[in-house]
Amino acid sequence: MGLELPKYPEMEEDQVFNFTDSEIVSHVKQALASVLSGDNNSYNQLVGVMHHSKHLAPDEVALLETTLKALAGAVSSIDITYHDSLLSAIFCMSMWNYGPHVADALAELIVSLAISNGKYLDLCLGMLVSNFTPPPYFLDKLKMPHGLERKGQVLSRVHAAFKKIADYVPLAPLRLLTIVLQGMPTIYHKDRAIVIYVENMLKLESGEIGELVGSTILMAVVDRLIELDVEIGWDAILQDDFSKGIFEMELEDVDDIEESAEPDVGEFRLSRKSLAGNSIAELLDNLLVLTFEHLESCEREGRLAKVFETLLQSFQFVMFYACALDPENCGMRFATMLADLFVQDSQPQPTRMSAVSYLASYLSRAKFLAASSISSMLKRLVDWCLEYCEAHDGDINPNAHRVFYSGCQAIMYVLCFRMKVFVDVPRLKSELLIPLEQVLKHKLNPLKVCLPSVVEEFLRQAKAASLFTVCKTFIFDGLLESELSRAFGGLERLDTFFPFDPCLLKKCDSFIRPMFVFWSMVKPTHDDAFDDDDDDDGSSDDYLVQDFVNENEDIMNDEFGKSFDEQGVDMDDFDYALKKMSITPKATSNYKFGGRFQEPARMPSRIRPSTSPESL
Amino acid sequence: MEGLSVADANLVMYLHPSKSRNVSQSILRELGSLLFKFNETFDGVLLAYDVNILDKQAKILSGVHPYFGLRLKANLLLFSPKPDMLLEGKVVKLSQESIHVIVLGFSSAIITAENIRGEFKYRTKDTEELFASKSHKRHVIKVGTMIRFLVKSFDEEILHIIGSLISAHTGSIRWLDRHLEEDSEFDRSSMKSRDREWLGDKTVDEGATPMSYDNHIKMSKKRRITE
Repeated sequence: MGLELPKYPEMEEDQVFNFTDSEIVSHVKQALASVLSGDNNSYNQLVGVMHHSKHLAPDEVALLETTLKALAGAVSSIDITYHDSLLSAIFCMSMWNYGPHVADALAELIVSLAISNGKYLDLCLGMLVSNFTPPPYFLDKLKMPHGLERKGQVLSRVHAAFKKIADYVPLAPLRLLTIVLQGMPTIYHKDRAIVIYVENMLKLESGEIGELVGSTILMAVVDRLIELDVEIGWDAILQDDFSKGIFEMELEDVDDIEESAEPDVGEFRLSRKSLAGNSIAELLDNLLVLTFEHLESCEREGRLAKVFETLLQSFQFVMFYACALDPENCGMRFATMLADLFVQDSQPQPTRMSAVSYLASYLSRAKFLAASSISSMLKRLVDWCLEYCEAHDGDINPNAHRVFYSGCQAIMYVLCFRMKVFVDVPRLKSELLIPLEQVLKHKLNPLKVCLPSVVEEFLRQAKAASLFTVCKTFIFDGLLESELSRAFGGLERLDTFFPFDPCLLKKCDSFIRPMFVFWSMVKPTHDDAFDDDDDDDGSSDDYLVQDFVNENEDIMNDEFGKSFDEQGVDMDDFDYALKKMSITPKATSNYKFGGRFQEPARMPSRIRPSTSPESL
Repeated sequence: MEGLSVADANLVMYLHPSKSRNVSQSILRELGSLLFKFNETFDGVLLAYDVNILDKQAKILSGVHPYFGLRLKANLLLFSPKPDMLLEGKVVKLSQESIHVIVLGFSSAIITAENIRGEFKYRTKDTEELFASKSHKRHVIKVGTMIRFLVKSFDEEILHIIGSLISAHTGSIRWLDRHLEEDSEFDRSSMKSRDREWLGDKTVDEGATPMSYDNHIKMSKKRRITE
């Protein structure tokens, strides 16, 4: 453990302070040069100083600092082959181990090395990137004030060093980009290194070299988010209860299985509780929060529009948040892009169908969109559908007209959420609803093909609002989906694809929530008379229960949001759920559109009549 | 400045079938990906290009992915510094040990102390670091000076140049141009005309009497003010 101080010639304790900087530099140069002639003594001492990093006494710290500064001045004498032990010692040093002065000196040395010779550039950039994350023993200290202070100190120097290097070597950012992307921890690293790494990446994006590296870095971050999202999809869904309709998902039921009346319903629901213990979900949550905060800072700096272009390729809730921050530009741009994708014949079918599903889910859920924007988008969809009808004079055929059916379903879905908008404005009624009526009554018969739960709810609302009369009565018996809808949805089940269903991740949901339309907020309260179904359970208790459920939905949403936004839907689960439906008719009658509960016992035990609803 | 050249190239570019919908965009993208990188075939760094498609028909290669080959004709601006060439760049950092230069805005160059001729001494004047010539008081190199230096070596991967100021023709361009008359080894007119091209937007006619660097700047400034 004892360090032998390098013996500078004629050095005595009190003479150390008499050496000038240039004298020390020349001494170091000498030490370096002597290696070429075979004399390694002073050189080895130099290397020894570099390696000594833990528990440094003050004079050792001073020595380290002086040595680093001297080396910075002597970079031209460093040879990549002869001095490789010195170089590897330098590149292994972590700024997290030292105080501000040594960190400064180290940063200076790295910058000097990087700009002195092309050979060192990649190595130096790599060393700086490895300083994004602290050494393992430090990870726990990050949360403490001392840790945070050290973090700020190190990261500011690292990013300042990037800027300096970029000033002197203009092409450095390109190389930095490659190194940063390669060094990104995978999602399988169990330590929290990836969170701080992504924090650094976002800092790069907003920093001074952000212009050059920004968009690629953002995309890489988003890719990681998507990876994590997919990981959750497979981890957390064991068996999902698909007998529930789409519009009841948010009226979630009890978390505990014991309270369920059905003994054979032994499934995990993709609820917030099941995700709570999932570390991957936690990671994704943290990263999303970082991303949202980053977007906010972009917005403050007025850069959101530029960043948005990059994001257009990306992750849905990040998009949602970005749109919410700037509804007129970004919000509309997103909607227009999706609509464009839908109408382009040249795009492949699945792309067009998912685009319109995204659009439908987005228009329904975005609180921040103006009614005029929504109606103009809808009008575009309706016009396209009408044109399609007129061009295709065929009969009902789910497979052949998949894009058309998904378009119709999208329109109906949006109208379920936004019916109020159209009912009040007579102009919209004529512009939109008359062509829509024509579409729905066409031989292609979308009402029969589209997802029954959507159609049912739409018709119910349409009847209540006296939009138009439907000659045939459609009785679906609470079916989630029919054979026909499955046919148009195809293998990817694009008929049940609603990407912007409530976000299940707790932390980032707090960002999304204020701009999100929950079904409870727009759900009309249905009168018994409009009920097409014959299951008339009519006791007054039910209405009380119903109203309470409505009022308390927000509390329930806190804990029990459910979502179908996983794209990797397992076909076996569907079959299982379908079979279940036929075996247990009692279950299906519970899960009608709007979720009327027949059995008060199914109410979450937390909700008591005296509980007042929480405000959003 | 040496090292810059314009080349006419006949290229064949092979594109993946997915790019067939928008061929011109794909061509531009492919060529764009070559920018600011050293290319062995061209023997230089591609700085700019201008491309034309020669033939609307393209041959399809048989194989797993049926790439198709497009014949193109391109004008390429290349930068290929070789040892003993003279280059010009702007000083961005100066210390006793080294001078750091940026050439053409993208390539970094370093001139270490041992490659700076003894004529230049490092001085600190009012906290400004500079190299001043012992024999010519006015010949000064500091941050922001445009200097001319000799290439010692060129790292093709990082586009990093190692330069030298040993030769007498090297140093601050401003000073060198003013004193070119004293230098009999140089071909004055070719040097000046090369300078004119390099200095870009300065409008000086060929037939005018030789002007020094400062006058170039003064003239164009006047022109800008009157316009």
